[in-house]
Amino acid sequence: MPAPIRLRELIRTIRTARTQAEEREMIQKECAAIRSSFREEDNTYRCRNVAKLLYMHMLGYPAHFGQLECLKLIASQKFTDKRIGYLGAMLLLDERQDVHLLMTNCIKNDLNHSTQYVQGLALCTLGCMGSSEMCRDLAGEVEKLLKTSNSYLRKKAALCAVHVIRKVPELMEMFLPATKNLLSEKNHGVLHTSVVLLTEMCERSPDMLSHFRKLVPQLVRILKNLIMSGYSPEHDVSGISDPFLQVRILRLLRILGKGDDDSSEAMNDILAQVATNTETSKNVGNAILYETVLTIMDIKSESGLRVLAINILGRFLLNNDKNIRYVALTSLLKTVQTDHNAVQRHRSTIVDCLKDLDVSIKRRAMELSFALVNGNNIRGMMKELLYFLDSCDPDFKADCASGIFLAAEKYAPSKRWHIDTIMRVLTTAGSYVRDDSVPNLIQLITNSVEMHAYTVQRLYKALLDDISQQPLVQVASWCIGEYGDLLVSGQCEEEEPIQVSEDEVLDVLEGLLVSNLSTPVTRGYSLTAIMKLSTRFSSLNRIKKVVSIYGSSIDVELQQRAVEYNALFKKYDHMRPALLERMPIMEKTIFSGDGIFTVCLWSVFPVLQANDLLDLLGGNDVVPIIQTTVPTKPASAGGELLDLLGDLSLTVIPPMTAYNKNGLIIEFTFERSNPNPNIAVITIHATNSTEADMTEFVFQAAVPKVCSFPSCILINLLFMSWCIGT
Amino acid sequence: MIKAILIFNNHGKPRMSKFYEHYTEDTEQQIIRETFHLVSKRDENVCNFLEGGLLIGGSENKLIYRHYATLYFVFCVDSSESELGILDLIQVFVETLDKCFENVCELDLIFHLDKVHNILAEMVMGGMVLETNMSEIITQVEAQGKMEKSETLTLLFIWQSMRQSQASRFSSKIS
Repeated sequence: MPAPIRLRELIRTIRTARTQAEEREMIQKECAAIRSSFREEDNTYRCRNVAKLLYMHMLGYPAHFGQLECLKLIASQKFTDKRIGYLGAMLLLDERQDVHLLMTNCIKNDLNHSTQYVQGLALCTLGCMGSSEMCRDLAGEVEKLLKTSNSYLRKKAALCAVHVIRKVPELMEMFLPATKNLLSEKNHGVLHTSVVLLTEMCERSPDMLSHFRKLVPQLVRILKNLIMSGYSPEHDVSGISDPFLQVRILRLLRILGKGDDDSSEAMNDILAQVATNTETSKNVGNAILYETVLTIMDIKSESGLRVLAINILGRFLLNNDKNIRYVALTSLLKTVQTDHNAVQRHRSTIVDCLKDLDVSIKRRAMELSFALVNGNNIRGMMKELLYFLDSCDPDFKADCASGIFLAAEKYAPSKRWHIDTIMRVLTTAGSYVRDDSVPNLIQLITNSVEMHAYTVQRLYKALLDDISQQPLVQVASWCIGEYGDLLVSGQCEEEEPIQVSEDEVLDVLEGLLVSNLSTPVTRGYSLTAIMKLSTRFSSLNRIKKVVSIYGSSIDVELQQRAVEYNALFKKYDHMRPALLERMPIMEKTIFSGDGIFTVCLWSVFPVLQANDLLDLLGGNDVVPIIQTTVPTKPASAGGELLDLLGDLSLTVIPPMTAYNKNGLIIEFTFERSNPNPNIAVITIHATNSTEADMTEFVFQAAVPKVCSFPSCILINLLFMSWCIGT
Repeated sequence: MIKAILIFNNHGKPRMSKFYEHYTEDTEQQIIRETFHLVSKRDENVCNFLEGGLLIGGSENKLIYRHYATLYFVFCVDSSESELGILDLIQVFVETLDKCFENVCELDLIFHLDKVHNILAEMVMGGMVLETNMSEIITQVEAQGKMEKSETLTLLFIWQSMRQSQASRFSSKIS
């Protein structure tokens, strides 16, 4: 069997391949050669073969048959073999394969090897892909190496410990004694990895966090030395001494100082020093400043320091370097909640960033702009945002549209402005708005009663221009269906009324029905709109004709609607006006969906006196109400409940009917529990007196905050059969 | 934590890939393709940060990349790493490669993949930054290289002496 070719040869051969198929053929041939070589158990060339296998793996070809060979290489005595073996293990193996456990013994031996490089290899592999079982077995060895004086091994052991803690958090305690004098090391590599280890421990466990708080003075000292020390060629990067270590220490200080006054106090000086002394001409300096700013914002720093931080961010925003601007926008986004006013000062710069060519910066600027919108600047901001919506990439349009809707809802200065804004969004980015925005918009339009004529007119004009954007078309057809009479009668006050005849309106709606651009949902909307117009317009024959045509439509939904409307014309014509009259104003509720019925239950506390209860109910802003999503006026039963408990004597409360509508009757009965008269028992009876079943009956109980654990509420749900009849 | 380090050229051919979280082989190749697709679209003067693709964690993870001549160096990191710090780390990595290979070019990376992995192993371990001091890294890499060389030399020596002893035995048999 000729000697297997070297890796270099293989690479050269593969590079001569001109097509993908040729390359695949070469690789398959070589794989076959490697496989037979493995079968022969040849020790000398195993290393070479595995190296080739790893190269092929990188190109994307399957290499799992080499896994066992990697294990054999690891067990070999030669350093070269071990090196390739461990590399192969890291690339090809992971905890999902059972073979990886065979490595444990090898790694254990290698962790105690005489050569530091072999120990280093073992630590590296364990730290990259060690599974939880392996980590459990080998944690002791790692801990021993953490205490060694060899800095090369110590830093690797520290990172390996981080991996062990990530896999098996319970073992964190084990590494605690070894961390005692980690920070007194001189070697920067060890310092760096020790800070990483401490950071990981603090992030995982609040106990560790409070334990390590006492290290803050030491960290501050190390940071000070780094800044104050002169030029040291070893650690210098573009004129700053070991910026990586500085950034790590700042991050650890951030975690330690969060929420703790004393530590924050101790850090104030050094943070101010770093913020003012660091050079900002290179990326390195900016990296340190960025980290400093984040730390200042997170800990309990004094206000002067916070102002300094926001000013630094403002300076970043004006920097030419895109990276710096990106980073500034990200951090401003994090701080806008807490320091809203300070960030507002930079609003104009942020809005300018919306026009930047860079996609990442645009996205950040958009999110930040939405966070900055408030009642004062809504008009100006909305102009900018609408302009942005016009010109941005399709990826952004959906998010931007939803953001604009939310902002408009919260801060709209007038109803007309609100509706204009919505119209603008629908016409520019109509196909990108979210599905739930259509019902929300409809509800909004219903509620602004005085704007109906104006709205329907504008929507009609928009429909004449463009019928491709489905959400716009759906809202427009719904509105025309509802308010078509206002459109035809030309009653608009806000702007010049247009002259539209009934036939023209029906033309447009029928056009929607036949157009290829309309989705089935849109067609449903327009058919219903046409039907509604039968009570508002006088051209009944035309409408009847349209409806009967669609009685034989292929689309099942349309067909069903048309058939039912036809039936309405034929057999139930007397009911038609009532069914198709104007929709009442819809309440906006948090819970959506049909038939969800929310009842707020007040429990009666065993220890409270009647007076306290009075105060509780009187002084609280939270009032028990009974809400439904069925469009009826809110039941006043809540008020009765309030009155009832108002003159409470905690002795006897008569039963009451809380709700009685549409066949659903809900009764409350109150009685004292027999063994313990301090406990009141409230029973709710819900009965269905209609013939149909009531589905989706959801029971939800809300209790006041004052209700603490000792005075608890016991809710027993007894499912009884629904009674038919009274 | 660094999730992955990728090096690929202007046409998307991978030159080195190291993942610090487990993915299947297919997913790894898909990630490389997706990352190339995202990164190659970028203009020259935009910022070096991107949201990660869908496969590698979506909006949780960021792609931080630098473009040197014909190669893209991409680090995929999560939110615990400082973006500007990683940019500096990429710079240190490339400078180290430059020192180790003497004016490194793409061909060096192609033919010495194992050496690139060894250098990277001295800098990043388990997704975390191990050492950033260039001279320290180079010292360690050279020491390990010497160890490997001495092993192959001893092997060559043993093999040569074996052949010589065989030859002498043969010649003694003849004479």
